[in-house]
Amino acid sequence: MANDPISQFQIQRWVPIEIGGLDFSFTNSSAFMVVSVVSASAFLFLSTANRGLVPSRMQSLAEMSYEFVANMLRDAAGSHGMKFFPFVFSLFMFVLFANLLGMFPYFFTVTSHIIVTFALALLVIGTVLVYGFMKHGMGFLKLFVPSGVPGLLVPLIVAIEIVSFLSRPISLSVRLFANMLAGHITLKVFAGFIASMGSMGALGIAGAVLPLFMTVALTGLEFLVAFLQAYVFAVLTCMYLNDALHPDGH
Amino acid sequence: MFVSPAFAQDAPTGQADGEAVVGSGETVVGSEEVVTGTEVAHDGHAKAAFPPFETQTFPSQILWLAITFGLFYVFLKRVALPRLAGILEVRRDRIAGDLDQAARLKQEADEAIAAYEQGLADARKKASQIGQKARDGAKAEADAERKRIEAALDTKLAAAEARIADIKASAMKDVGAIAEETAGAIVQALIGDPVAQGDVSAAVRAASK
Repeated sequence: MANDPISQFQIQRWVPIEIGGLDFSFTNSSAFMVVSVVSASAFLFLSTANRGLVPSRMQSLAEMSYEFVANMLRDAAGSHGMKFFPFVFSLFMFVLFANLLGMFPYFFTVTSHIIVTFALALLVIGTVLVYGFMKHGMGFLKLFVPSGVPGLLVPLIVAIEIVSFLSRPISLSVRLFANMLAGHITLKVFAGFIASMGSMGALGIAGAVLPLFMTVALTGLEFLVAFLQAYVFAVLTCMYLNDALHPDGH
Repeated sequence: MFVSPAFAQDAPTGQADGEAVVGSGETVVGSEEVVTGTEVAHDGHAKAAFPPFETQTFPSQILWLAITFGLFYVFLKRVALPRLAGILEVRRDRIAGDLDQAARLKQEADEAIAAYEQGLADARKKASQIGQKARDGAKAEADAERKRIEAALDTKLAAAEARIADIKASAMKDVGAIAEETAGAIVQALIGDPVAQGDVSAAVRAASK
């Protein structure tokens, strides 16, 4: 096992697959995508298998996550937004499980790669664009012209709105990616301090207690971040979808 | 965790150089040689990039993300979410039904209480009626008794009065005779001659009128 904080993000090819000169290998990243999806599906499927009127603990968790996302979407995008519920719920659960599974030692964190978070963000923005133009046609462009702006300021505001719209997929993906990456690097660095100080004799072992406490505290923080980033991703998705549903509802 | 001196001889393998460049900033060991033991060779890529920025891994990640996320989405949309929604809906219906039933039972209880109150009020009214009737009966009986006694007393009074009148009348008759006798005696004493009984009677009768 490597002791530098970067190697945990290394992609390892498990089953090499190459199509048309592009590398589509089944990697450790792919494996943990599968693990995330399977464990999230299993959680939702098995916990609700009894369809209990009085829920068991696990069923209660599944119901809580359902209502959590449902309320989030309804608050942000209204009851019309509920047609996107499966999409938002899938995103939330996928990101949440990928983040949380990444907290296991030796596990690969799928969301610590910018391409994964960027692909998810593009999926969100793509959905917003496609649905917005399908539903409102050119009326969707009203999104960039807030009502009640003095005529002179309109070109400036429109420019700002367009830039802010275009930066959405970047901010959405970088936020998740950077949080997961930085968190895991920090954890690894502090854990590394313990090992290196522990190798420096009795005094070093005594001193290694400090980074040990730090690592424990950071682990707790990282669990919080894992949940929080999944939540933030889902909330922002809801707000962007609201733009697609109500482009003139600024 | 291992410390790098033990790995120094691994340095010539694979991308050790590239890794070291990236890793040295973060590494905690004094050595500048940091090696990833389990690393897969990078097809002769001269300088290994920071893993998340290695573009040759992008197609694989995108493909597998699309496959796994797509399947996940379909599974949730077809199976998991309808089931969860069903569970929540059944519960909501059940709770609403139970609340309705509770409201119905409460109404029934209210009705029962009202009926009980009504019965109680009726019974009270009836009791007071019976009491009133008994009171009235007793009063009527007492009145009748009183009247009967009063009537008897009246009869006795009348008889007594009649007797008194009789006695008075006979006494008055005696008074006339006494007056005649006395008047006769007085006149005889005054004139010295006896007077005719009939004259005295007539005179007395005239005087007493």
